[in-house]
Formats: sequence, C-alpha cells, structure tokens
Amino acid sequence: MKAYSLFNKDLASEIRTRYAVNSLAMFILVTISVILFSVGSEKVSENLTGGLFWAVIFFTSMSGLSRAFVSEEERGTALTLQLIASPTTVFSGKLLFNLILVFAMNIVVAALYSTLFDAFIIKNFALFIALFILGNIGIAVSSTIIAAIISKAGSKGTLYPVLSFPILLPLILILIDLTKMAMGGLEAYSAYVELAALVCYNVIMITASYMLFDFIWKD
Amino acid sequence: MKEKLQIIWQMFLLLLLGFVSVAGIAFPVVAKPLSWYEFPLIPGLGENVKIIFFHVPTAWLTVVAFLVSTIYSVKYLREKNPDDDAKAYAAMQIGVIFCILATVTGAVWSKFAWGQYWSWDPRQTSIFALLLIYGALFALRSSIESEDKRAALSAVYSVIAFLTVPFFIFIMPRIMKGLHPGSADDTNKGPILDFKMNSNMLLIFFLSLAGFTLLFYWMWRISYKSIILKDKINKQIN
Repeated sequence: MKAYSLFNKDLASEIRTRYAVNSLAMFILVTISVILFSVGSEKVSENLTGGLFWAVIFFTSMSGLSRAFVSEEERGTALTLQLIASPTTVFSGKLLFNLILVFAMNIVVAALYSTLFDAFIIKNFALFIALFILGNIGIAVSSTIIAAIISKAGSKGTLYPVLSFPILLPLILILIDLTKMAMGGLEAYSAYVELAALVCYNVIMITASYMLFDFIWKD
Repeated sequence: MKEKLQIIWQMFLLLLLGFVSVAGIAFPVVAKPLSWYEFPLIPGLGENVKIIFFHVPTAWLTVVAFLVSTIYSVKYLREKNPDDDAKAYAAMQIGVIFCILATVTGAVWSKFAWGQYWSWDPRQTSIFALLLIYGALFALRSSIESEDKRAALSAVYSVIAFLTVPFFIFIMPRIMKGLHPGSADDTNKGPILDFKMNSNMLLIFFLSLAGFTLLFYWMWRISYKSIILKDKINKQIN
C-alpha cells in the first residue's frame, strides 16, 4: 500500500511538471529521425530494423529512466524518504513508476517505428507481444537499480548509460534475436529457450535488486 | 624463515613460467607425436594451437579476478570491513590487465585463424562485455568521493554485473554463431572439448594455468596490501 502511495506521489509530480514524459517523447522523435536521416532513401533490410528498434529503446531508456532516483537526490528529498519508508517500499514504488513509464514509452516507440519503417513487419504477433512485455520488465528493473546506484554518485548523466549497458547487454542481444524470429514468423515453441532466458533474466534481476537495494539506499 | 620460503616459491614460479613459455613456444607441432616434447597436429588449428598456453590462462584469470572481486564485494557488504573493499578493488585492477591481454591476444590470433581481428564470436562478445563491466566499475569508483559509499556502490554493481555472466556463457553461444574452438557448432570442437590434446600438451597447458594463477595470486596480494597501506598512511597524515 505504501509503495502505491509513493507511486502516486511520483505520478502526481510527473503530471504537474511533465519532465520525464516531455524529454522522453522528444528523445524518441530525435532518435528515430536521426535513424531516418542516416538511412535516407536506402532500402533497409528486415533484420536491421529489428536491431535498430531496440537501439532506439535503449537510448530512450537511458535518457529518462534515471529521473526516478536522481530527482529525489536533486530535490534533497531522499533523506525524508529514508525516514518515512523502508527501502523495499521505496524500490517497489520507483519500480512501479518506471514500469509504467517504460511500457508507455515503448508502445509509442513501437507504434511510431512500425509506421515509419516499411520493413518492420511482425509476422508472429503473439511472440512479439511476449518478448515486448518480458523485455520491458527487464529494462525497467535493471535501469531502476542502476538509477539508484548513480543517484548516489557524481557525474550522473554520463555514468548512467556506461553502467547500464553491460547489464542490459544480454537482455538486448536476446531481444534482438527474438525480434528477428518474430519478424521471420517463427513458431513460438522454437523460441522457447530464448523466452525462458528472458524470464530468468527478469527473475534474477528482480531478486538481486531487492536484496541489494538496502545497501545502496542506506547512508 | 618466512622470507626464505617466499624466495623459494618465487623462484619456483619463475622456473615454472619460464619452462611453460619456452615449452609452449618452442615445442614442435607434428602429425604423429612420438617424443615427449612434440605436440599433436590438430586439424584446422596447426601451429596456431600454441596460443592455448598463453591466451586461455589470461581469459581464465579475467573471470577468476572478477569472481574474487565479487566474493570480496559480498563479504564487504556483509561485514563492512574496508580491507575487503581493498581486496575487491585490487582483484579488479589486475583483472582488467588480464582482460585486455586476453582480448588482444585473442584478436591477433583470430586474424591468423579466422582472417579478421574481430568477428563478434560469442567469446569475443563476452570478453568485450567483461571489459565494459571493468570499465564501468572504474568509472563508478572514480566518481564517488566518500570511501564507504564508493565501496558499497561498487560492491553492489559488481554483484549485479556478475549475475549477467551466466547469460554470456550459456545463452550467447546459442544465439550467435561461434568460430571459437570449443563452440557448439564448431567443426574443430573435438580437440579442445574432448581434450584430444595429447598428455604432454595437457600437462603444459595445466602447468601454464597453474603458473598464471599463482602469478595472479602473488600480484593480487602485493596489490591489496599496498592499497591497505596507502589508506592507512593517508589516514595518519590527515
């Protein structure tokens, strides 16, 4: 319940300032248009669009998801939070907020991307939905825990992608592979191992995050 | 007495590594090994096989150093003893050296064996990810002023990063095509995986592995002791 009220607080402040949503929306536009400009009138292969899709999502996540913890440190409200809520509650609230943000952001990216790139056609839609949901959860969990780490460090902006990339690399490689499978119209059962690996990644990261968050959060 | 013992085992290590280096480079590769100093010819590898005595130990130590660093990170998080952080940091510093060595020797070898320096083989991807993790750890450490905070955050990060290692070992080879000897779909999978190296080659390989591991242990001990001493002196001055 407490985690939910923390989420409500973040949501209310987000609706008031629209900081994360605005910058994320602009970042999605900028990234996709940079790709469109660099592609030009060249014909893009299907495999390439599948990979670029996750490149857009990775860089967009890196631009906005660190807000959850960095904003608390910048406003100086981290200490108050430490007093009123247990670390687990804080992490749950922030994770919930980032999950909603990642899902909203990636649905927009997917919609924009599929209208702008003709080669981005998903043949096996059920598999794509499965990998999309599992991938979004993975991205949200990993980027939330890394956001907590960098909020305590100096030079927050540049450090975030540097620290996140190695952690997200296995996830993104699996997602790119699965996206190619979904675009090729492969049956879901042949992607069983990759989907299981995604579930493993999510479970491992959620468990590790909850176990380790205490050490980051306590001063 | 203690110093004498130290000199004895240092001499032993020197002799071991000297023997391994000479044997690994100089022993000939022949089709049908008869004498004890001849290596068997492995199809597809030829003379290139000799890198196994130097490249594999460096790659192995990259992972061992990361493991040591993670173990001491966990220990630090449990007991909050600054010495454990020094041990973890020392292992990282040495690990990154071996990581660079493994990447470079592997790339040079792959130029001769596969025709290009880099081909995003699963093993190359994993060593690249390890290099990135080491880099990220140093970047994180250098951006935090407070000692306790720095130790705690880098410990947390190295534990999280260590959890991604199984994915590189078990999942990546399935997703990406492998060229590396020992990969799942590799044609010369036999010699390395089934240890069709003959007994003298195996012996020198394991001697090299043991020698390099001892060298790592020695370097790591000197390194963490110097870090602990440096901290102590810094505290006395301030």
